[in-house]
Amino acid sequence: MIKLEVVKAETLFDKIWDAHVVSKIDGGPSALYIDCHLIHEVTSPQAFAGIEKRGISVFRPDRTVATADHNVPTIDQHLPIKDKLSRHQVDKLTENCKNHRIELYGLGHPHQGIVHVVGPQLGLTQPGMTIVCGDSHTSTHGAFGAIAFGIGTSEVEMVLATQCIMQPKPQKMRIVVNGELNKGVTAKDLVLHIIAEVSVGGATGYFIEYAGSAIENLSMEGRMTVCNMSIEMGARGGLIAPDQTTFDYVLGRKNSPKGENFEKAVENWRELKTDEGATFDKELIFDAANILPMLTYGTNPGMGVKIGSVIPELSAIKPTEQESYAKALDYMGFNAGEQLIDKPIDYVFVGSCTNGRIEDLREVAEFVKGKKKADNITAWIVPGSKQVEQQAIEEGIVDVLEEAGFRMRQPGCSACLAMNDDKIPSGKYAVSTSNRNFEGRQGPGSRTLLASPLTAAAVAITGKIVDPREV
Amino acid sequence: MTQEKFEKKMVEIFQTIASTGVPLPAENVDTDQIIPARFLKATTREGFGENLFYDWRFDAEDNPVIGFPLNDSKYAGQILIAGKNFGCGSSREHAAWAIHDYGFKVVVSSFFADIFRNNCLNNGVLPVQVTPEFLAEIFAIMKVDSSANFMVNLGEQTFTISSTGESTKFEISTYKKECLQNGYDDIDYLISLKGEIETFEKMRA
Repeated sequence: MIKLEVVKAETLFDKIWDAHVVSKIDGGPSALYIDCHLIHEVTSPQAFAGIEKRGISVFRPDRTVATADHNVPTIDQHLPIKDKLSRHQVDKLTENCKNHRIELYGLGHPHQGIVHVVGPQLGLTQPGMTIVCGDSHTSTHGAFGAIAFGIGTSEVEMVLATQCIMQPKPQKMRIVVNGELNKGVTAKDLVLHIIAEVSVGGATGYFIEYAGSAIENLSMEGRMTVCNMSIEMGARGGLIAPDQTTFDYVLGRKNSPKGENFEKAVENWRELKTDEGATFDKELIFDAANILPMLTYGTNPGMGVKIGSVIPELSAIKPTEQESYAKALDYMGFNAGEQLIDKPIDYVFVGSCTNGRIEDLREVAEFVKGKKKADNITAWIVPGSKQVEQQAIEEGIVDVLEEAGFRMRQPGCSACLAMNDDKIPSGKYAVSTSNRNFEGRQGPGSRTLLASPLTAAAVAITGKIVDPREV
Repeated sequence: MTQEKFEKKMVEIFQTIASTGVPLPAENVDTDQIIPARFLKATTREGFGENLFYDWRFDAEDNPVIGFPLNDSKYAGQILIAGKNFGCGSSREHAAWAIHDYGFKVVVSSFFADIFRNNCLNNGVLPVQVTPEFLAEIFAIMKVDSSANFMVNLGEQTFTISSTGESTKFEISTYKKECLQNGYDDIDYLISLKGEIETFEKMRA
């Protein structure tokens, strides 16, 4: 018999993970080294209190970057925050960063914004890194070929204390989307389509790699939108192998490698891909041609349909899930089997770490140019960061929006989770470009329908649910 | 693990629990339901229990919602029994803090969201994953007998329905089990690895 020397084919995920394991407990978690730690005001104060209680300092303060986003107002940011608790939380972040020598992009700073918009645009997010943040949408950064995922506050404390966290290695899933997206179909529709197929818990325990021509053809903003929503099917995170699109985006940013160092980095980054023959624990294949503009009708992101189709009948739902399904429709004020098209809408929210980037605002502006906002719609357009806001002003996007009857607010998480005053009133319908349609997510009693920025723009103009391709 | 590193006991020691439970059969309960975002403005870990499941427990006028299990005097105890995919959504550890602060030591479900499971384990709350059939059996028994008693034995990794003696094994990594049994936490462990972490950094440089 001829013995062949076998070089083990590895997945991209394995390559990055294995390169960051400091030590492993047999049959247990690994101590995983973290390259970049992002923090914000809501999930960090207890972690700082924890290390102070232990009498230790931040181990590698230069590997943590902070911004204030979840709990900040989106108007009059130059004034003191009115809500006492919110102000205290934001002040606490400032105090903690000062005491522990951590770079902070607080309110008013030209780099302030939603943590997952700030990281990529400053070049903090780079291929091959491990990135964590006390926020489940940290998966966004996977778009650059990084292992990025959300953590709890105890884990934030671990990173502050040791630059490591204890993590069990997840299983691996590959989601391949072949072909080309139809006209008027965006990255958001693509990911809502996948989540509707996989279900809200269907990827729990897995880390996803997205691949295939439809993924490769996405811009970095589009890739971020897809990776961002990995958590909405339960996945630990999702990543995409870096390519020229990635390198072009990273080039020239504040924290990106410069000159010769950039060339050297790109040389290494080109190795960051799944080897041929590497195996995944689960693999799903989609055809981009089947994907159409999507909208959710229920109270989790897996409850989505093509805009033109009807809400599924109760009989189409698994018997064990029928009770939850009926409860969700009742909350939304919808009936099984009914059409979504033409239903009147009250609010439109464009923003969040899913769709608050410059490309999203461009798409909205292009669509509403020369049209007028419907009278029944209250529209909140919230840029993902100060940099996005500035760019929108420079590109004339703000003027276009104002002419169409919209007003752009100031950066923050805003109505995505409604921690600040940007709350959708009880019983009102909001078509939202954010990531979660849970009960009360956008304010107690609010009813959220998740959609792409293009669909949101079309709804803002017509005042009702509409397929953006037909406006 | 070196014992002397763990004297501070940041986490409570967990061994066995015998208790009645509170059923919450809804599926895909997300952390926004467990603790709504507007209650996340605190800068300490304490006091989240009073807002646990707030929008399901109380109506718009802050009156208790009749029939919600946490408001139902039939049910009490240290064990929360929940439908599948419990704790999905946001990574907010405040959800685990709220559950712990309310008085639950164990959450039973047929399926947990990843981040929530980690957050529980880091706060002395034991997630017990059972089969969908066993979970259905627990709910059925609680319907008949709201004060049904359950036994959770971490050492043996068993969950037992006291009245019928029906028992099931649950999974937990040896490391996490040892942490819970001794009141250790990951931070103590990682601090003990400082030397290795520094060596790792030098090797990569």
